[in-house]
Amino acid sequence: MTHKWGMAVDLDRCTGCGACVTACHAENNIPTVGPEQAARGRAMHWIRVERYYEGEFPDVSVKFRPVMCQQCDAAPCEPVCPTYASHHTAEGLNAQVYNRCIGTRYCANACPYNVRYFDFFNPQWPRPLHLQFNPDVSVREVGVMEKCTFCVQRINAAEIAAKADKRELKDGELQPACAQSCPAKALVFGDLNDPESAVSRLSKSPRGAKLLEDLGTKPAVTYLSRQTQA
Amino acid sequence: MNHPSHEQMTADLLRPLQRTSWRFYLLVAFLGSIVLMGLCTWAYQMYNGFGVSGINNPVYWAFYITNFVFWIGISHAGTLISAILRLVNAGWRRPVTRCAEVITAFALMIGAMFPIIHLGRPWLFFWLMPYPNQRLLWPNFRSPLVWDFFAISTYLTGSVLFLFLPMIPDFALIRDRAPKGLRRRIYGALALGWRGTTKQWHRLESAMQIMAVAIIPVAVSVHTIVSFDFSMAPVPMWHSTMFGPYFVAGAIFSGIAGLIIAMAALRRFLHLEAYLHPVHFENLGKLLLMMSLLWAYFVFAERLTTWFGNDTAEMNVFYVTQRGSFSPLYWTMVVCNFVVPFTILALKKLRTIGGCVIASFGVCVGMWLERFLIVVPSLSHKYLPYAWGHYRPRPVEIMITIATFAAMTLLYTLFSKFVPIIAIWELKAGDHPSPELSAAGQHEHRLGETHA
Repeated sequence: MTHKWGMAVDLDRCTGCGACVTACHAENNIPTVGPEQAARGRAMHWIRVERYYEGEFPDVSVKFRPVMCQQCDAAPCEPVCPTYASHHTAEGLNAQVYNRCIGTRYCANACPYNVRYFDFFNPQWPRPLHLQFNPDVSVREVGVMEKCTFCVQRINAAEIAAKADKRELKDGELQPACAQSCPAKALVFGDLNDPESAVSRLSKSPRGAKLLEDLGTKPAVTYLSRQTQA
Repeated sequence: MNHPSHEQMTADLLRPLQRTSWRFYLLVAFLGSIVLMGLCTWAYQMYNGFGVSGINNPVYWAFYITNFVFWIGISHAGTLISAILRLVNAGWRRPVTRCAEVITAFALMIGAMFPIIHLGRPWLFFWLMPYPNQRLLWPNFRSPLVWDFFAISTYLTGSVLFLFLPMIPDFALIRDRAPKGLRRRIYGALALGWRGTTKQWHRLESAMQIMAVAIIPVAVSVHTIVSFDFSMAPVPMWHSTMFGPYFVAGAIFSGIAGLIIAMAALRRFLHLEAYLHPVHFENLGKLLLMMSLLWAYFVFAERLTTWFGNDTAEMNVFYVTQRGSFSPLYWTMVVCNFVVPFTILALKKLRTIGGCVIASFGVCVGMWLERFLIVVPSLSHKYLPYAWGHYRPRPVEIMITIATFAAMTLLYTLFSKFVPIIAIWELKAGDHPSPELSAAGQHEHRLGETHA
């Protein structure tokens, strides 16, 4: 059975702690750009926790929304890429071939979610982060676009291991770094083609909605709306 | 004032090729050093990474794409206008056509540099082209950037041909007058064996006729495809059905303005008062007035439908340009593109050479701002407010932008030094309006009357 990877984000559970952002940086060798570049809009967080404030001081509440690549089925980023660096995989992922990217940045403009990031400089890390690279993920050079992959290196490794054992992947056996590190279990990852998987059940929840659904991008990420007053 | 005799024409128009003053060398050195600085800046950007420019997340396109659209727009001056004037057989076109066609060729070359300059990895620009390669990789034909590549290369090929064909008899003239030596050999090669036989004239005329017809749809398609770079993406205020004609109209608008400025400079510095008359500026000024009205109509239609539609995301972009942080630029654009040219060009008293030039400078500034205001506010205010951003150009982008204007002037200066900027044979072949003629429109062309 082919997989269709998807995610459910329970906004009631998200505390905005940022563990997913940190885990993503560590897993995917994402450079840290430093405070000066970040202030100029060059920060690269493949997953970001958006903060929206409601009310007037002192009655302010903060709403969090983790936003990563929505892995759209009708992704606006894909047709605009002149070199096929941005393309769709058989398992429904929006893949990015870093070596094929020439840096037109058209995909980032077309993306309504602003989740594609450009390498403005060659990547660098403050010490001692340079000692903890993930050998399974290639480092991107200056001038290319990069983005959330749903931790495709983990997906591939798990699929290969399952195939070697001649068995099907179990639900929950495989998680991207963000879902794995979420202490509140707000992020649930899995196979949407498996009707019994946790992500399938959550995606069908009446609380579920897609981000910017009316643009027709058919995202693979479902957001479960808040029911509590924060 | 009498018409210059044919001998006088030849002498006047070949003079810039034969005599060179120190001012020419000074101008070339000045412009050349600015262009060189621009190239060094580009090298600096490539060496240090794109981070030295002002672009950021979410404003991934800014000055470079603005320059791209602006220069491709300017390129619509020449070939399109000259082709239309040829097809309707407007007598006053004769001294205008070549200096218009040259603008097209050079502005296209400059404009076509920008998709490469703006690449994150410009050394891999050839991946945009379909070329035979070991891994059988093709470019993505669904991408408007690949359409751009085909549109611009077609237009560049076509307009260079369109420029070159009517230069052949003039090259032959220079060849015949040159003393034996290098100059004679070079112009001889360029003249392609022109002997002025009836058969050759006939073929030249047919070729020009075919090119004039063929180049018009190509010119229209080029700027339509440039507009598709924006309208194909689901970005607020980009995703519009009217971008094609809107961009083409804006391109012709800025193109005419560029042409008027170039003609006024030529008239003054090459002393072509006997050839470029006030009536030429008046006619082009009327055309500019019409395009200004058309541009205002397009902006009005775009703004009104957006405002009436009241889409949340579009209204954010609408307000940020109309009365937000981009509003000083927006209202400058309206003044430069509509208020100034309309006031000057609608009043007969102000429609002088000087007036047309002032209006044209306004239009060039306004159209550059228009392209900037299409590119940047939409990107900085896309759908999710958390991801909104701002843009401020950095010295790198400003330097490269200045260098393009210097490059255009430099190429134009060099061209007018090596090629007669007014087609000598075309001028001889037809009557050109005398300076007493105030406006072409005042002489009615009666039915059955053969046209000059």
